[in-house]
Amino acid sequence: MQRIGVFVCWCGSNIAATVDVERVAQVMKNEPGVVFSTDYQYMCSEAGQAIIRNAIAEHKLTGIVVCSCSPRMHEATFRKTAQRAGLNPYMVEIANIREQCSWIHKDKEEGTEKAIVLARAALAKVMLNAPLIAGQSSVTKRALVIGGGIAGIQSALDIADAGYEVDIVEKEPTIGGKMSKLDKTFPTLDCSACILTPKMVDAAQNEKITLYTYSEVEEVKGFVGNFNVKIRRKARYVKEDVCTGCGACMQKCPSKKGLNEFNLGLNKRTAIYIPFAQAIPNVAVIDATQCIKIKNNKCGLCDTVCAAKAIDYNQQDEFIEREYGAIVMATGFNPIKLDKFNEYSYAECPDVITSLELERIMNAAGPTGGKLVKMSNGEHPHDITFIQCVGSRDISGRGKCYCSKICCMYTAKHAMLIRDKYPDVNVHVFYIDVRTPGKNFDEFYRRAVEEYSVDYIKGQVGKVYPEGDHLVVQGVDMLANEQIIHKTDMVVLATAIEPDPTARKIASMLTASIDTNDFITEAHPKLRPVESPTAGIFLSGVCQGPKDIPETVAQAGAAAVKVLGLLSKDKLVTNPCVSQSNELLCNGCSMCQNVCPYGAIGYEDKLINDHGIRETRRVAVVNEALCQGCGACTVTCPSGAMDLKGFTNKQIMAEVDAICK
Amino acid sequence: MVMTFSYYPGCTLKTKAKELDKYARASAEALGIELKELEAWQCCGACYPQSKDEIATRLSSVRALNDAAREGGVLVTLCSACHHVITRVNRDMALKPEIADKANRYLEIDYHGTTEVLHYLTMLRDRVGFDVIKSKVVNPLKGRKIGAYYGCMLLRPSKEMGFDDPENPTIMEDFIRAIGATPVVYQMRNECCGGYVAMKDKAQAKKNVSRVLDNAKNCGAEELITACPLCLYNLNENGDKAMPVTYFTELLAEALGVKEA
Repeated sequence: MQRIGVFVCWCGSNIAATVDVERVAQVMKNEPGVVFSTDYQYMCSEAGQAIIRNAIAEHKLTGIVVCSCSPRMHEATFRKTAQRAGLNPYMVEIANIREQCSWIHKDKEEGTEKAIVLARAALAKVMLNAPLIAGQSSVTKRALVIGGGIAGIQSALDIADAGYEVDIVEKEPTIGGKMSKLDKTFPTLDCSACILTPKMVDAAQNEKITLYTYSEVEEVKGFVGNFNVKIRRKARYVKEDVCTGCGACMQKCPSKKGLNEFNLGLNKRTAIYIPFAQAIPNVAVIDATQCIKIKNNKCGLCDTVCAAKAIDYNQQDEFIEREYGAIVMATGFNPIKLDKFNEYSYAECPDVITSLELERIMNAAGPTGGKLVKMSNGEHPHDITFIQCVGSRDISGRGKCYCSKICCMYTAKHAMLIRDKYPDVNVHVFYIDVRTPGKNFDEFYRRAVEEYSVDYIKGQVGKVYPEGDHLVVQGVDMLANEQIIHKTDMVVLATAIEPDPTARKIASMLTASIDTNDFITEAHPKLRPVESPTAGIFLSGVCQGPKDIPETVAQAGAAAVKVLGLLSKDKLVTNPCVSQSNELLCNGCSMCQNVCPYGAIGYEDKLINDHGIRETRRVAVVNEALCQGCGACTVTCPSGAMDLKGFTNKQIMAEVDAICK
Repeated sequence: MVMTFSYYPGCTLKTKAKELDKYARASAEALGIELKELEAWQCCGACYPQSKDEIATRLSSVRALNDAAREGGVLVTLCSACHHVITRVNRDMALKPEIADKANRYLEIDYHGTTEVLHYLTMLRDRVGFDVIKSKVVNPLKGRKIGAYYGCMLLRPSKEMGFDDPENPTIMEDFIRAIGATPVVYQMRNECCGGYVAMKDKAQAKKNVSRVLDNAKNCGAEELITACPLCLYNLNENGDKAMPVTYFTELLAEALGVKEA
């Protein structure tokens, strides 16, 4: 006979304000099987855990129910508590009376009733619990970083520095990401390339790091410690290990009309190209949609001039498979498309540009050689207007509801740099709010206003349109309460940022959860900000939420530490809540095998003794090392042979019965 | 085949804006459309009520919509303001039970936004087809450079009106092409004429109007068309009168050769 203890937590006022915790404890005390029941202010605290430990010893408890927060929060805590008191950790059940109970109910009577029902369900389940013993699995001592921007590079460098192997998969021909496109960085105004390119070189030269550029993750199998990843190496049409990066091919290539992606299409590039001078690897790539040889089998000039004989027009995509213990997502961001924001005339007017385009125009290696000119006619502008929050904090449904976080600072940076280099240019900034929290950030913005006389206007812009050879900005000055109609030469849009479109695809391969804006969800917004709820998946950079370079680098390091914590273990404790097949009931139909996402179910011909009938039958066998306990097989099995330890069909039905009673 | 639609002219079309109505009817007839004026329509309310609990000023629109529902389910409107109010009230009846319940109980009807409110321009595009109009034009307005003036009422709020792209509308330009003239796209075509502000602050209305007219002129427009009596009033009364402004239906009638009929 089970002897159960019930422990009801107040969670301060989180639970106690809308659930009569004392009454829950009282009611539970009278339930059959319960020999002890109490409530306490913070059950997860040391004092609360001591109450549990003492009760287990004193009342010889065989199982416990903790009525508290979500099991995702503290199940592990209370399992450890039970273990310390000599109880099998799987004899603990959590009744979540916080997230879906006290937090959503206003009426205390209703909340209390529901808490009691949930506690009864947990009790019904724990009565049927059996002690479970966790197994062990091995750890592949290599990490995969998806994305080779500053986030991915920093995570990889930190992991490699600790002595572990790490691979970076980057979809572009070079690593460097968005940061490589920037001119200067706030708040110190140091050159972006000067601080990034040495890190890119470090990544390339570190013998623990392998770069797979122009490559994409194609398939992910396995689980924490034992991921198996298929990587597509896209055809470059240039042998990466042979090309010396001399650039002779680019000089001879007659197909010069491709849009230069690195300069955001502001100028053109040849069909064979190296994205930029400091690209890593410094290897050419051929754009197959543009190459005359690949398209029409004519030309072939690059092959003729290549002294290293690196050109291979027949190259095909290659696939490689690698094992990893941990995966870091560092898939980064893009500015949103502006096709829903016609009021800014971005598509029609070359002098209406995005902030990232301005970075390229200001950059000495950019399309204008760093000279600030109007893209329409190459003339020097005399008046520039910045518009912030284009698509950010948007409630019209066309943009993003969130704040993109980096725009206030980079707009202040742009404004200041322009005023510094071209004092004759008037600079205006339309803003909703100026948000500059961060070390030396507000001081930076104030410098733009006070020392550089940048004209900040609180208000939004309703329309930008061309008139003659200038632009007209129609907006509102909310402080002066007047409409502004203002002639200007260039308009710069601080465009909202969104996760890279590949993030969603990769997240679903990794079974990592994702929010409504396609940002990857962290395991806990405060306490586990660099981990995905999926074990072995870590988050680095903007894929988790908008952030600037200092924050990205800090998070990249934090993700690396979490990876190291995992890779430094020789064995991982596995989840004992795995499926098992009842051989007497199994009819070998294969349905469970078909639904298993982890390939954990196989079939064997076994000699079965079915109530005296001895015969060889084909039955399902679960590989416990691969099973993740998702339960898909148990609900699929037509004969009820599949059952999940810790969540058996009997236990679930007992819970349902207790709720419906 | 003659298409028959219920028609809601509105008060202004019986008084100040008779031309808008007259030429619309003549053109419709020429295009094989029967516009059946609702028997007992009343003023739409002129302004869409901004307060959520105001039912009374929505009732006359609801009544018109309900009458149309019983006579084929399509209601053609013409005046921008009427179209604006009736479209939004119709949406309220479909999507806001708190408004629909009260209005239905008051009028003792059971109406839930099922009528399709069709602006005359949308009717020309979607039910007749601009290519058909083109083929029926007997007097193409060749060489005339016409700017479309949309104003606000037809376009915004765009999610509710669903009329055209609020920043870059094209329906009136397509209409101008259909009657053989050359559309002039100018940026102020979707900006406010001043609306009812003209009553209170004439200077502000003059400012708005001159920006519209100057911009249209700079872009090469020689005349403007509109679907809105209030826009037409403001553009004429608060402008310099150098730019002719007419209702689009008048040009349609002219192109179809029924203006004098």
